[in-house]
Amino acid sequence: MLDIHIRFARGDFVVNVQQKIESSVTGLFGPSGSGKSTLLGLLGGFIKPDSGRIILDGSCLFDSAKRVNLAPHMRRIGTLFQDGRLFPHLSIKKNLTYGLNLIAEENRVIQFDAIIEMLELSDFLARRPHELSGGEIQRVALGRALLTSPKLLLLDEPLSSLDMRLRQQILPFLKLIKDEIKIPMIYVSHDMSEIEYLSDKIMRIEAGNISN
Amino acid sequence: MIDATFFVLSHAEIEALSLSIKVAAVCTLLIIVPAILVAWLLAKKEFFGKSLLDGLVHIPLILPPVVPGFLLLMLLGSQGLVGHWLKQQFGITIAFTWLGAAIASAVMGFPLMVRSTRLAMSQIDRKLELAAQSLGASPWRVFFTITLPLAMPGIVTGLILAFSRSLGEFGATITFVGNIEGETRTLPLAIYTYTQMPGGDLIAMRLVIISILIALSALIVSNLLERRMAKKMGRI
Repeated sequence: MLDIHIRFARGDFVVNVQQKIESSVTGLFGPSGSGKSTLLGLLGGFIKPDSGRIILDGSCLFDSAKRVNLAPHMRRIGTLFQDGRLFPHLSIKKNLTYGLNLIAEENRVIQFDAIIEMLELSDFLARRPHELSGGEIQRVALGRALLTSPKLLLLDEPLSSLDMRLRQQILPFLKLIKDEIKIPMIYVSHDMSEIEYLSDKIMRIEAGNISN
Repeated sequence: MIDATFFVLSHAEIEALSLSIKVAAVCTLLIIVPAILVAWLLAKKEFFGKSLLDGLVHIPLILPPVVPGFLLLMLLGSQGLVGHWLKQQFGITIAFTWLGAAIASAVMGFPLMVRSTRLAMSQIDRKLELAAQSLGASPWRVFFTITLPLAMPGIVTGLILAFSRSLGEFGATITFVGNIEGETRTLPLAIYTYTQMPGGDLIAMRLVIISILIALSALIVSNLLERRMAKKMGRI
């Protein structure tokens, strides 16, 4: 499914990843500074690896030998960020459909109504981001990323800015997404219990190296 | 001394007022796109010669206005480098016309518009632009759907500043396009002309009051617009 062979170095810090990822949710566990965010940046196309290749579902996203480096918006990789990053000038509905409207009709495997129902978003549609709580923002951000029908969803510590109670509210949604929508996910966290709850396979990243 | 007829404007005064507004409007239209582009470059990009561009954009703010006016005359005057060519090729004259007045104020107002837009753009969280890219938006789309709307309060403020600067522009205008009644005699030039005329003080005062009213309304409109936009984005 996802084939990563990349090397990236900045000074002493080296990320070196040789992995084939096939499970539906892969948990990536590691302390801060271990290279988790760098790895997500490399996958998303925001950071360019020094060498290697990234193949997702048979399509080449990056290959240093063939000089292929797909721009972030061409990669069809969705990201749920830690801080939601809803667009403050758009309504919740427009936030949700921002990416949906950019993909071709035939690539839309995830339907708007289904996501609204699954994530219980119907009450928020007319509101604006500043009127929502942290947990609600993360639900909208999750819906927004899913509606682009990504081939891979990266979850970058999506619960770490929420308190315990809200985490408990969001986790079932993530579980539901995992069971209902078959999108491969990489779930990054420094909280082992979240990872164990959601992931089929757990990988550990330490000093830029991944081990199973 | 002052009675009701004090507020009745003469033909020449109405002409100065409407010319001022026409010049200011065209000046604003002239700078809107280039100023946004330059502001974006300065706020978001690193490139060779950035400091030089930054300096060139801002130089009209610190030079005596007569200097840009003189340089414009050298460049666009009928004997100037570009002006001569324009006249030969297309029969277009810019110096000593109202369009020249608009160009003179555009040069003077450009830095104000750039500063205000650049400040607004540099305050936009880069993470929002990256998020838009991760949702499939090309860099162009990110610019038009995220960067530009989020910078709108700064853009509007910049436009109003440039418009007001144009209404007040004197030095560059009189140097480049002179003081021709009905063609380049804008409000400030008209005020100046009346103060130089025996018995013109009263008329000058009337135009001064109009200038103050226009400036005040521009500031109030700018404030209102800014508050409205801030409210929309939940910043208040």
